[in-house]
Amino acid sequence: MEKRILTARFGKIDPLSIDDYIKNGGYEALEAAVKMESDTIIDEIETAKLRGRGGAAFPTFIKLKALVGEKEKTRYIVCNADEGEPGNFKDRHLMENDPHQMIEGMIISAYTTKAKKGYIYIRGEYDHSIAVVREALAQAREKGYLGKNILGAGFDFDIEIRSGAGAYVCGEEFALIESIEGKSGRSRPKPPFPTTAGVFMKPTMLNNVETFANIPHILEMGGKAYAKIGTESSKGTKLISLSGNIANRGVFEVPFGVSVKDAIAKLGRGVADGRKLKMVQLSGASGPILPPEKIDVPIDFDHDIGAGAIIVMDERTDVVDILLRHAEFFEHESCGKCTPCREGNLHLVRLLRKVQAGSATADDLRVMENLADVMINVSLCGLGQSAPIPLATALDGFGDQIRDRLAQTETKENA
Amino acid sequence: MSVLQNILKQNPKSEDYLIETLLSLQDAKDEPCISEEEIADIAEYYGISPTRVSSVASFYTLLSLRPRGKHVVQVCRDVPCYLNGSENILEAVKEALGCDIGETTADGLFTLEETSCLGNCDGSPSVRIGKKTYENLDSQKVKEIISGYREAK
Ligand SMILES: Cc1cc2nc3c(=O)[nH]c(=O)nc-3n(C[C@H](O)[C@H](O)[C@H](O)COP(=O)(O)O)c2cc1C
Ligand code: SF4
Ligand code: FES
Repeated sequence: MEKRILTARFGKIDPLSIDDYIKNGGYEALEAAVKMESDTIIDEIETAKLRGRGGAAFPTFIKLKALVGEKEKTRYIVCNADEGEPGNFKDRHLMENDPHQMIEGMIISAYTTKAKKGYIYIRGEYDHSIAVVREALAQAREKGYLGKNILGAGFDFDIEIRSGAGAYVCGEEFALIESIEGKSGRSRPKPPFPTTAGVFMKPTMLNNVETFANIPHILEMGGKAYAKIGTESSKGTKLISLSGNIANRGVFEVPFGVSVKDAIAKLGRGVADGRKLKMVQLSGASGPILPPEKIDVPIDFDHDIGAGAIIVMDERTDVVDILLRHAEFFEHESCGKCTPCREGNLHLVRLLRKVQAGSATADDLRVMENLADVMINVSLCGLGQSAPIPLATALDGFGDQIRDRLAQTETKENA
Repeated sequence: MSVLQNILKQNPKSEDYLIETLLSLQDAKDEPCISEEEIADIAEYYGISPTRVSSVASFYTLLSLRPRGKHVVQVCRDVPCYLNGSENILEAVKEALGCDIGETTADGLFTLEETSCLGNCDGSPSVRIGKKTYENLDSQKVKEIISGYREAK
């Protein structure tokens, strides 16, 4: 069931040794790339149908093309290693076990787009990832994969690490860009997109760790061969993060198309301690909450896999508790720039506390549904737009359990 | 040269290094927090307003304008950790420290905080103390870890 491409070297190489990486095929894709035309590289990535692994599933070749087409020649390559969505930890595993493939992907992207500078934005809590990537960058520089006149091919590129400081919203592309600029992380209205006006208002290609890590593999096997892996909509493999009440927690790499159900049963070895499954949440705190009968769906971009989190919850779990915890997360993490998200999350927390206390009415529930609607439709960035998704989907799958928690007095009041 | 002056010299003199500077400064101090005078000095160095510095420092949860204990204990509160018993961990930590969330122990050694997901859900429940993340905890283990810090001072 597993297909190990990005994780193939995990445990086999010393992540702190670039020589290990090179002995195992590392930097061969870059060697090949610098002999290729920029357009050919973009074609391969288009043929591979590579889509972003950070959650939005945007086709990567379009960003490369956009950068190449910009008049402005100062361009940036940014790697998003902020990974703050509860339930996701695969980028940490990628950086700590095999950091160079992400770096190699960034260098190839820089060669393709003539960008001279890159940033890796790593969340501040990932001290070990930061240390490993810092050492990997130093070794790459020493070997001439970074710096001036890389591989004698006449292009310069270097990468700097920027540390996050504990703000989930900084995973959102514009908030991340603001943070790199040394500001509070708040989103900006789009367009213009980062490919036109990103870091310091210059054209910027911003991608997830796993997305960059795929690029060397695509050049090695060729876009066509890569596109044979996976499903119609989703090509290649996906790293999934299994967590919660599951026997075998961890990161696994599967070809797109494997079902969520099978991944839980076979890779995760089922619900922990032989308990019964109550619900599964895909993608993380902002993803749908599904009842057991709805988890026989493929892991792909048509089924809300997001960045690949699968959170398993057993029979002891209370759906209202979970919704409240998520709502508190979003209330805390909202950057406060736009009203629907700032106020909406506050109200959702307040109302869910009422539901939990058994004092909410059917009217409160209707208010929550309306709020969710408004937040999804008019919030400025993905945080506010997706915060109510767990609530909206739980009302579908577990609506009765939520309504059972409403105040018993309600019928009298309404009468 | 002062600690702050040394840190400022580590990076180019450009205001996009503000967050890096604030993080490094906190790491270098006995108590991880940023003072009024430091804010003024940093603002002057980069040629920006003190309000800009303090608003950044208050936006990010790893940065603090309030004095904190030497060891900041952050208990993860998000769902994967919650499913694996983080509430018991929080209770155990409160008991071991004798203080509540947001408070600092009388000896100034610890501050207790809750944190959003640490990206360590495969080792949940997880707790971060200073710059180190501890995983697969139970009440007993976390109390022992805290005792370890207390003895080491
Ligand atoms: C609130 C919020 C948090 C996000 N966090 C992350 C993150 O931690 N890592 C990530 O790669 N993308 C994250 N994203 C998605 C990014 O905005 C962006 O789409 C992505 O980094 C683009 O890279 P990709 O095309 O390779 O996926 C987040 C989006 C939102 C709205
Ligand atoms: S949706 Fe939320 S996080 Fe995004 S800009 Fe609005 S307030 Fe900020
Ligand atoms: S929820 Fe605690 S580490 Fe992710």
